[in-house]
Amino acid sequence: MIEPAKKPARRKVELDPRFASYKGVWVFIENERGAVHPVSWELLGEGRKLADVLGVELAGVVMGPPGEATRGFCAEAFHHGADFCYLVQDEVLRDYRNEPYTKGLTDLVNACQPEILLLGATTLGRDLAGSVATTLATGLTADCTELAIDPESRCLAATRPTFGGSLLCTIMTQRHRPQMATVRPRVMAMPDRDSSRSGRIVEHPLGMVESSIVTKVLEYLPDNRQDQPQLVYADIIVAGGRGLKKPENFHRVWDLARVLGAEVGASRPVVQAGWVELDRQVGQSGKTVRPKLYIAAGISGAVQHRVGMQDSDVIIAINNDPNAPIFDFAHYGIVGNAMQILPALTEAFRAHLAQARKVG
Amino acid sequence: MHSVVCIKQVPDSAQIRVHPVTNTIMRQGVPAIINPYDLFALEQALRLKDRFGGTVTVVTMGPPQAEVALRKALSFGADEAILVSDRAFAGADTLATSCALASTIRQIRKNMPVDIVFTGKQTIDGDTAQVGPGIARRLDLQLLTYVSRILEVDHGARQIRVERRAEGGVQVLRTALPCLITMLEGTNEMRFGTMADMFRAARAELKVWDRLAAGIEDPSLVGLKGSPTVVGKVFAPKPRALRAEMIETATQEPKDLAVTLLAKLFTQHPRIERELARRAV
Repeated sequence: MIEPAKKPARRKVELDPRFASYKGVWVFIENERGAVHPVSWELLGEGRKLADVLGVELAGVVMGPPGEATRGFCAEAFHHGADFCYLVQDEVLRDYRNEPYTKGLTDLVNACQPEILLLGATTLGRDLAGSVATTLATGLTADCTELAIDPESRCLAATRPTFGGSLLCTIMTQRHRPQMATVRPRVMAMPDRDSSRSGRIVEHPLGMVESSIVTKVLEYLPDNRQDQPQLVYADIIVAGGRGLKKPENFHRVWDLARVLGAEVGASRPVVQAGWVELDRQVGQSGKTVRPKLYIAAGISGAVQHRVGMQDSDVIIAINNDPNAPIFDFAHYGIVGNAMQILPALTEAFRAHLAQARKVG
Repeated sequence: MHSVVCIKQVPDSAQIRVHPVTNTIMRQGVPAIINPYDLFALEQALRLKDRFGGTVTVVTMGPPQAEVALRKALSFGADEAILVSDRAFAGADTLATSCALASTIRQIRKNMPVDIVFTGKQTIDGDTAQVGPGIARRLDLQLLTYVSRILEVDHGARQIRVERRAEGGVQVLRTALPCLITMLEGTNEMRFGTMADMFRAARAELKVWDRLAAGIEDPSLVGLKGSPTVVGKVFAPKPRALRAEMIETATQEPKDLAVTLLAKLFTQHPRIERELARRAV
């Protein structure tokens, strides 16, 4: 919905004086069914850097049902960089529902006034962030790939892809507070855990009763994880793109993945063409990944794909165009026909790994 | 049953190209389409109409050309179409967009109560997924995002039961009408319109509402003025400091290239060799 081209380059705008007292960086600690989504720890790592630049405190916001598990997430937040935590415990928060979570987070923001509020761009985080930002009438930037503090204005400079992922743009909320942003899982690095860190817990009541909440959760059907590609947190990924020419050639990607014990990914064009299921799409409109090894075969490396995998530890690119943008950010490149290189790689890996295992 | 479906006309992003030298968007010849995610919302609304009767109203905010998207929606079987168009809406971010659309829906329901507002889960050009939740909040509607299936609508009891995609599973939810639903992709397939609908769509007089017709008195709430987010520079990503190390051999044979690559990879990254040896079967 953002149409940067229509906007002037930059408006010089002062912060509304109502918001002058807003201080500190908050990260919403997303937890559901007894587990915290790892994106929350990744955000604490990033929030720590922003808080240090601003010279303010970093807080985690933990909401959930009463009990030791929920309280325990605060301790975990301290280990991942939070200085202190807000804790809102209430039975009505047992399952995620938009209404009580929106009220809880909105009330907390109004009472304690942070300047920055970060959430994971998950189904839960996007549902909640959109509602909270609208209630607070403040700016929210979705799916950021980079967060920084603008030295001049001390505003949050949130960078995200634009125009279908062909370019990047930096967005700021200058007049309103808090400045809200969502970031997808794996976009930011997981911070080192430091179990010696601790912090204080500030409890807040929710002030809502079940009978006042309109939406009821009747049932929860957990996914059978084995049925689904676990791409986002995979360590090794082999991905294929349009350079494979035909859907029947895509099995070469699967062949290599099998030898490596890897997950299979794909670029947007081949997912749109129906060669591969949507859950395997890597990029801005698919999944963001940061595996130890990413092999891209027949993928040119458009920005929309790049932002989804550029933080992989090692990237190997195979493309028949020596000028393909992917060679600008891959670590190793082979110029050649992916249809021929992939089987050769599969064979080379198979032979080498058989040898390595014998020796090892 | 009265459903309002919010749609957006978007450039077909698969066909957007960036000028290699100037880094500007080459818009020429890029076709405009209905945001593909919105079609799942529209089809779901049409199915409810098939079952319960009633009306499907489609709404879009955009420039005059967006009427093409509305006619397309009419040709699929929607009954009414409203184009919300005013220069004052230009440059809107998601907050200002949800303001304009929510106000439009308030005007619509003055004439006919609205049971469900549908949107797609997000657009393909903005990818934010923020406008649906924003409209729900402004109209104080129960919000059901990422709905994969409508299980039951009890019009008499004003209740609806749906399946909603959550992070690690599916929630079965019951809530009250009116509500706002953002439909998950892949949950249905858009029908072919009938001949009669196509003729009707081609001839239909579309309603075009400006800011005041949409019920927005204060122009500072919409468009650029009503947008808290400010877009700064637009830029192409920087290349990595070092370009990829290109693997070359005398023969350029696939087999030689593969072996040379592995030797380099495992010498420079022994960690990856250990990782692979550990997991490979």
